[in-house]
Amino acid sequence: MMSFLQANGWEIGRLTFEHLWLTMSAMLLAIGIGLPLGILLTRRQRFAGPVIGFANVVQTVPSLALFGLLLPVPWLGESAARLAIVALTGYALLPILRNTYAGIKSVDPTLTDVAHAMGMTGWQRLVKVELPIAASVILAGVRTATVTCVGVATIAAAIGAGGLGELIFRGVASVDNGLVLAGAIPAALLALCADAGLGLVERRLVVRQT
Amino acid sequence: MTKGDVEFAKVSCAFAGGQVLLHEISLKLAGGTTTALLGRSGAGKTTLLRMVNGLVRPTSGCVLVDGVDVGSADVVELRRGIGYVIQETGLFPHMTVERNTGLSLELAGRSRSEIRARVTESLSLVGLDAAEFRERYPWQLSGGQRQRVGLARALASEPKALLMDEPFGALDPLTRAEMQAMLKNLLNRVGKTVVLVTHDLNEALYLADRMVFLDQGEVVADLGADKVSGSENAYVRDYVSAVHHGLIS
Repeated sequence: MMSFLQANGWEIGRLTFEHLWLTMSAMLLAIGIGLPLGILLTRRQRFAGPVIGFANVVQTVPSLALFGLLLPVPWLGESAARLAIVALTGYALLPILRNTYAGIKSVDPTLTDVAHAMGMTGWQRLVKVELPIAASVILAGVRTATVTCVGVATIAAAIGAGGLGELIFRGVASVDNGLVLAGAIPAALLALCADAGLGLVERRLVVRQT
Repeated sequence: MTKGDVEFAKVSCAFAGGQVLLHEISLKLAGGTTTALLGRSGAGKTTLLRMVNGLVRPTSGCVLVDGVDVGSADVVELRRGIGYVIQETGLFPHMTVERNTGLSLELAGRSRSEIRARVTESLSLVGLDAAEFRERYPWQLSGGQRQRVGLARALASEPKALLMDEPFGALDPLTRAEMQAMLKNLLNRVGKTVVLVTHDLNEALYLADRMVFLDQGEVVADLGADKVSGSENAYVRDYVSAVHHGLIS
């Protein structure tokens, strides 16, 4: 065990970092798209069905197939990491989008009515009422998306994007369980840490109603 | 000086399907008076009330507040000058009593110290000690206390008019009576134009100067509170006898 870590420690560290980088880039992108889009859909409700439906479809495409399908796309196909980030963003988008939409829609209509009656502008209503009340639901979406992303990012190694999946694929190819575990354990730990950390924040954001 | 005159000029409201909610209502409510709107559920009371701050738009006719057409007024400014109190209180659950109460001032960009002073004043108007309640959240309040905070919030921006939609409808009779007494006392001191929607005839008689009965979107009676008991109007008589289960005629 120790000798294995001595021999591979540096590489595990590097790949963990790569894994984190892929996941975090994709998450930032997904939040950057999903949150405003989710908010927009609460204002333009007739688009909510089709847009969330589309995100749903993206989610159902098997990850390996999605990576493969994106490979021939110009610009995207040129860099494995770029492609991986875009694909991961696609997976992370649905939970964020769906929870943002659902979180804001579930705000008690009495409260939005009062917000109107107090003379709040649309922006004030969003920032002072809707987002704070929906925050824990939105963060629950971010949490789900992050855990999914950490998992799916291991597959990104199949197209040469790096990350902890590289150790897993190499281990499978050479029938080396140690190598498989060297990839799988840090990946699982990353997912668990992200889940626990975001869970903690989420609980803090819950608004007590009664 | 604005004094909170409210006028409904041939106001009608209909759904897109053609169902008529209100039919050519014309009423002038003088500044500083309290008018109760009574009638069955679905008679159009709440709709009429919500037209005053532009939450509902008339399909024809217009509503004037101090001579200005609500339809063409700056709706944000208009609403900030009109307090709104509802049965469910609508307190924001993520805000403390202080923030809830001072929210309209916060929206208007007033300074923190000014907001703090006004909040203390408004809370004391409704009988709450600011030092004790300031930091509490709505879930830490009883139903009556919540309703008091809701009223304090509506008063904080010193509105010229108060719209109250069944403000005490969800309270037990004892708390309700306390709240009614507090409100009456408060209105005597601050003088606002109040539009009060209620089912409760006794509440209306106790608080209002004028009673307007609505039925199926039309005004069926419009009389002073002191004229209700001797009224010959069939609708009013029915209403009164319904309240007293026919025991008093």
